Amino acid sequence: MTTNKSVTDNLIETCPKKGSQQRKLFRLSDFTQVLGFIFLIGCILVALFFLGSIIYFIFSRGITIISWEFLTEVPRRAMTKGGVAPAIVGTLYLTLGAIAFALPLGLASAIYLCEYSPGNFVVNIIRLAINNLAGVPSVVFGLFGFAVFVKLFGFGVSILSGSLTLGIMALPGIISAAQEAILAVPQSYKEASLALGATHWQTIKKVVLPTALPGILTGVILNIGRVAGETAPILFTAATFYTRGYPNSIFSEVMALPYHIYALMTEGTRPEVQTAIAYGCALILLALVLAISACAIILRQKQRITYGS
Amino acid sequence: MAPETKISAHDINFFYGKTKALKDISLDVYDKQVTAFIGPSGCGKSTFIRLINRMNDLIPGTRVEGRIMMDGLDINHPKTDVVDLRRRVGMVFQKPNPFPKTIYENMAYGLIIGGIRDKSFIEQRVVTSLKRAALYDDVKDRLNDSALKLSGGQQQRLCIARCLVVEPEVLLFDEPCASLDPISTRKIEELILELKKDYTIVIVTHNMQQAARVSDYTAFMYLGELIEYDRTEKIFTVPRQRMTEEYLSGKFG
Repeated sequence: MTTNKSVTDNLIETCPKKGSQQRKLFRLSDFTQVLGFIFLIGCILVALFFLGSIIYFIFSRGITIISWEFLTEVPRRAMTKGGVAPAIVGTLYLTLGAIAFALPLGLASAIYLCEYSPGNFVVNIIRLAINNLAGVPSVVFGLFGFAVFVKLFGFGVSILSGSLTLGIMALPGIISAAQEAILAVPQSYKEASLALGATHWQTIKKVVLPTALPGILTGVILNIGRVAGETAPILFTAATFYTRGYPNSIFSEVMALPYHIYALMTEGTRPEVQTAIAYGCALILLALVLAISACAIILRQKQRITYGS
Repeated sequence: MAPETKISAHDINFFYGKTKALKDISLDVYDKQVTAFIGPSGCGKSTFIRLINRMNDLIPGTRVEGRIMMDGLDINHPKTDVVDLRRRVGMVFQKPNPFPKTIYENMAYGLIIGGIRDKSFIEQRVVTSLKRAALYDDVKDRLNDSALKLSGGQQQRLCIARCLVVEPEVLLFDEPCASLDPISTRKIEELILELKKDYTIVIVTHNMQQAARVSDYTAFMYLGELIEYDRTEKIFTVPRQRMTEEYLSGKFG
């Protein structure tokens, strides 16, 4: 103790000025740290506030209209009575269709890019193109879908055209996520498989894909969730304001939740009733998308448990 | 009596891009013997044994010159069936690398990719191979558990057993004990001594005592060159090259 004290005393004696300066500096940096901390917390709170208020707003306005009839019945009396079941079903069909199209295509592309592509100039262009595809505005996808699927291929305004358009929109995200998941498979697994006499394709099929699967599915679900609530891509390709009952083939046009909200708010003839229905639809859509994301989170969690990473 | 030659390398040169990693390596690996490769890191010993099952094919920009023959098969010939070669030459890696599957699935993998569907045959092979690798008693009650739940040493023995399922002729061990504790290491060494009755074994090791304990022949490599190759007891007692002697006595490395 005594030696410690004397050393400290000595230090203070030899450089008293410097000591006090340092102490001041410390205090200043402490202050800025606290300020910075408060600022960051503030930003988070603002972000959470908006998120929370959106949920609260949609929930409080939408919940009043939600009932069993609302979820299971077709609209009646020019959209002022009855339910929105066809729109829910339509959105589900479009989402499933988009998965059916985008999952195999995205997976195959990712496998090619990760496992087979020679990694040259052309492949880099492909990668760049895929990444840029992610930045294309959704209404442009909608116009593309209209021009190609509806008109050129003659699928008409239909579930098929809408699913393909949504699928293309989800594709870049799915490819990137699948690529990431595939690249995360340890090289040592592949070596082990090849060293046992497996072919490259067997190794991909039996070792790489099963290992990467949870990651791939997470990516697929998140990206599908992102596009499931889109309005613009289905505006000209799939959605319609009103159908009698439910769609009966993939070539039928459908009602869909996002478009239904849009239509109720812009074309409704009795806004005082229809606005409430729109909020009900918004709540259902929000719940659907959240449920889809929750699936992704559960899958990812399961993957962590399985591989302990 | 002199053992028969299993693998013979003639004037092997190997390049990573422009870097020459192996220089004029010629040696014979003998049947049902343990051949150890020792030498400091980066001397090319792993590179050399990975030529025997063509694992270096996976690294882009590599090139090999010279010939490696195994029972009359030209290993590097472009028409050689790599899949068939790798069934005949099993490999155990530095880090245990079981698949994130069950123990049973790990074991059956080599047979299933070989197109074998007969379940009772697979099961019987799995059990004999696990017994062969002295792992059966450890895992017999939990064959359907994830292989990743095993300890490091058990995982490595599983990897050895996984190779045995396809009945290879040669086993390559690339520093198999590098990540294991001493007790697991001893078990692996005992296993190698047991397995050499039926298999030709090539082992790369950093551990000179390990080479002395398990091998019949030892090759000392330095900077991509084969400095000395002889019976293990000769290498460790009366090495002909001064460099070998200096390495073994810890003067460099």
